Amino acid sequence: MSDSTTLPNGWQLVVGLEVHVELATKTKMFSASTNRFGDEPNTNIDPVTLGLPGALPVLNKHAVELAMRIGLALNCKVQPCTFHRKNYFYPDLPKAYQITQYDHPLNVDGFLMLPGDVRIGVERAHLEEDTGKSTHFGGSSGRIHGSDYSLLDYNRAGVPLVEIVSRPDIRTSEQARQYVAELRAILLAVGASDAKMEEGSMRCDVNVSVHKAGTPFGTRCEIKNVNSIRSVGRAIDYEARRQVDLIESGGTVRQETRHWDDATGRTETLRTKEDADDYRYFLEPDLVPLVPEQSWIDQVRAALPVLPAARRNALAELCGVDKDGESAFVVVERGQDDYVREVVSSGGDPRRSVIYVQQAFAEQGPTPKVPARDLAALTILERDAKVTSTQAKTLLTDLIEAGGGDVAAMAAKRGFEALDTGALEAMVDAAIAAEPGAWQKYCAGEEKALGALVGAIMKSSKGKADGKAVTAILQSKRTK
Amino acid sequence: MSESISKETVVKVSRLARLSLTSEQAEKMTSQLAGMLEHFRDIDALDLSDVEPMTQPYPLKNVMREDVEAKSLDRQEVLDQAPAAESGRFRVPPTIGFDV
Amino acid sequence: MQKLVEIVAGVTSGTTTATAVVEEHLARIKAREAEIHAFNLVTADQARKDAAKIDEDVKAGKVVGALAGVPIALKDNMCTRGVETTCSSKILQGWKPPYDATVVTKLRNAGAVIVGKTNLDEFAMGSSTENSAFGPTKNPLDISRVPGGSSGGSAAAVSAGFAAASLGSDTGGSIRQPAALCGVVGVKPTYGTVSRYGLVAFASSLDQIGPFTSDVRDAATLLEVISGHDPMDSTSIPQPAASLVSVLDHGVKGMRIGRVTDLPEGCEPDVLARLEAAFDAMRNAGATIVDVKLPSLQYCLTAYYLIAPAEASSNLARYDGVRYGNRVDAADLNAMYAATRESGFGEEVKRRIMLGTYALSAGYFDAYYGKALKVRRLISDDFARAYKDVDAILTPTSPSTAFKFGSKTDNPLAMYLCDVFTIPTNLAGHPAMSVPFGVGTDSMPVGIQVLATTMGEQTMFKVAAELERAS
Repeated sequence: MSDSTTLPNGWQLVVGLEVHVELATKTKMFSASTNRFGDEPNTNIDPVTLGLPGALPVLNKHAVELAMRIGLALNCKVQPCTFHRKNYFYPDLPKAYQITQYDHPLNVDGFLMLPGDVRIGVERAHLEEDTGKSTHFGGSSGRIHGSDYSLLDYNRAGVPLVEIVSRPDIRTSEQARQYVAELRAILLAVGASDAKMEEGSMRCDVNVSVHKAGTPFGTRCEIKNVNSIRSVGRAIDYEARRQVDLIESGGTVRQETRHWDDATGRTETLRTKEDADDYRYFLEPDLVPLVPEQSWIDQVRAALPVLPAARRNALAELCGVDKDGESAFVVVERGQDDYVREVVSSGGDPRRSVIYVQQAFAEQGPTPKVPARDLAALTILERDAKVTSTQAKTLLTDLIEAGGGDVAAMAAKRGFEALDTGALEAMVDAAIAAEPGAWQKYCAGEEKALGALVGAIMKSSKGKADGKAVTAILQSKRTK
Repeated sequence: MSESISKETVVKVSRLARLSLTSEQAEKMTSQLAGMLEHFRDIDALDLSDVEPMTQPYPLKNVMREDVEAKSLDRQEVLDQAPAAESGRFRVPPTIGFDV
Repeated sequence: MQKLVEIVAGVTSGTTTATAVVEEHLARIKAREAEIHAFNLVTADQARKDAAKIDEDVKAGKVVGALAGVPIALKDNMCTRGVETTCSSKILQGWKPPYDATVVTKLRNAGAVIVGKTNLDEFAMGSSTENSAFGPTKNPLDISRVPGGSSGGSAAAVSAGFAAASLGSDTGGSIRQPAALCGVVGVKPTYGTVSRYGLVAFASSLDQIGPFTSDVRDAATLLEVISGHDPMDSTSIPQPAASLVSVLDHGVKGMRIGRVTDLPEGCEPDVLARLEAAFDAMRNAGATIVDVKLPSLQYCLTAYYLIAPAEASSNLARYDGVRYGNRVDAADLNAMYAATRESGFGEEVKRRIMLGTYALSAGYFDAYYGKALKVRRLISDDFARAYKDVDAILTPTSPSTAFKFGSKTDNPLAMYLCDVFTIPTNLAGHPAMSVPFGVGTDSMPVGIQVLATTMGEQTMFKVAAELERAS
């Protein structure tokens, strides 16, 4: 997909992403209430969740482990860390402070690779707790502005979060989308989160600024409410344009938080409060430092699965496809790369194996029903020109429907056989004789005339001629 | 810690703390806090440049718990104690402006 | 008035019943509570039920706990499920917690009979119980005087015989000072030895729960029951409760007792005289008195009055009228917060929230809170040096005996000075206890404070027991 952020007059885009991820633990970050999406409101609550007087936090060991998996998968250093209180008033924040990590976070200094070997720095990935959920009632827009009241559900309050902060290394909206997609794939691979943007278990805040080459970075705006990968791109494109237009018309970009409205495709200022909140960060006295032992870190690292990028690289190498290309991406995303490997070990043609799987196995999941050796056999039939590629496609559908089978027999049953080169040459000569006008046009350089010739041959051969082979023969005849 | 605290600062701090003070109360608070802060200037005499802050009385680390679920509090028992509740949730007046 | 250990012995042996014991205490409450106002709530009906159950169990030959039948009062900042817990504040008036504090569970499991929730300075901020939103508690020994604070109600309850023992909380001296003023024993244990789960937080790195009793043996007994690691409190020390009762008769022969030579000024002469008498008693019992210096002592008040309000300003932000407590309605959320907190909190609480918010705020953090944490390190280091040369230290608990109502309420700083001898141990996280040791010139009790190093409770109790024998 081409990069869609083209700014005029030499303006360049700078983007940083802050992604909040809900961890797939059974219980909350600091208490034993259930961590589950979709339950009846306020049914997963306890004194800590509600911020009741006298409640005290106790750290969830599994949340720490999952956070370490994320950090290590992002090539971070895992270090001794502490917890801080971030103090502010809001009804979805039950203690009127959020326990987070401030100057000593768990994971620091990592990176994530994008297609084309683009490296995006990851500044930190730290632990914190989620807030409850407010729903607003009354006002016409359904949002808070002008509404009559709000209702609060604390099921989500205290759910473990990891906040992943990228360095401002992203330069296009396409890269931003790739970053989010790749991050998501990593989170799923290591089992840290189900990362569903539509359910809020993965949330992106986008920081956008513009500048001209050789000048310092511009003032950035933070954009919230970006709820899908597509919105990430759209919001960046809109905001970058907005900033450029503003500057070019003599205005200055104000550092602020803006709200992305997906329906209108615009960002809008959130009303800035008179006093921007002073969070008065201080070390959380109810918790003690977290100093993960090296043996634990090593254990977590050793247990990490092969990550998506590495899997794509391996698949690309095996099958001779582009590691940043669609087949590699799609097949690995579906978890079907191990299957492709099996097909190849059964003798399958590597390139055809990955392409067949990419094109036809969308519904199959990580363990396709078609036995690897059967698919391998089909790729060999096509490779050896025993069937045409069109015929191969049909047989592939048959294989999938039947859940496997003897492809040679299936081909015979359908009466498929590819015509050999000699027969093809004869058919081509016959077509040239039958369509002299088309042949002359083609020889004169009209490429469109080729289609008419090939079509005639395909028709007369009742589909047994391989279109590609016929085209090749016509082309070589022309040059003679 | 050289200047005494001003009424302007006191008003700003009171907003941060969500305490509403009348002008009179703010004045009284300003003079009381100024008096205290003046007294607290005694620590300015100390050279603390090489001193590590002490945040924990007892040096513990790595206190964690296993990821095991416990029963939730009873929603009704909790909501019975709430100032306002509706449809199983806590009810509050609206915020002016947008959600942050 | 019976001692705690006597009650347990009597109830478990059958020579008396828990019902008889609780009735005796309820009668004393009936006679004098209106005058003294030690309680926010007397839970007479439930106490009778609990006592009856204990008696049933004893009759049936079942094992009963180490506090079987003991009437105990709880400071009203400890969560008791289904029983109003107010922190003596309007903002929590009427609030019934849906859970019990860990210490409450321990007391119940030990067979204690909870007779009520006692009065305190609002949110434990104060040294006289005059800051309660529900009216002050009077000193049972002289009702024109304060009982001390913030655990004034708990101290008075034991002093007046309303309970055989009570629990209080100590952040800057809130157990020890009222104990001294009311003539009872009060203990602040090592930070982390008694769970804070369910204790309404004032200053998280300083708060500890501890016992009030009429003698040292009772204090040791009660402290053994409530101590011990709690997985619900991350700051809880992972060690079992120390054995204290067993060391009470060991004496102090060969011990080195510290005398602080740079004690802050302001202590009344009659109180200092009792301190001297205490040192004499130690010498007579075979201990050596050693001079120690604690140069940072004079800065402790400042450090405390920056750290404690800072943590408190954060801990009390949750009282916003959203989920529990009393709300003052308004058109929008921020107005509701402000109106709720304005009407719900008293003067002293507001003052400390303001001070604390300021000390943490951008631009002031390093100068105030940041510096105070460093002073904390200094006092901790001073103590560490001192404890190389001594096993325990003696100081006065309070600079004066119980003062008259209203005598310190005009000037907050004057009130803060009540804590000058107790604050250092909160900052360092060390244990300390007050033992009654004679009276002042006004015939009001004087308490002597015994200090020991981290986890030095056994040493501390040995010295306290000796002091008590000599008193």
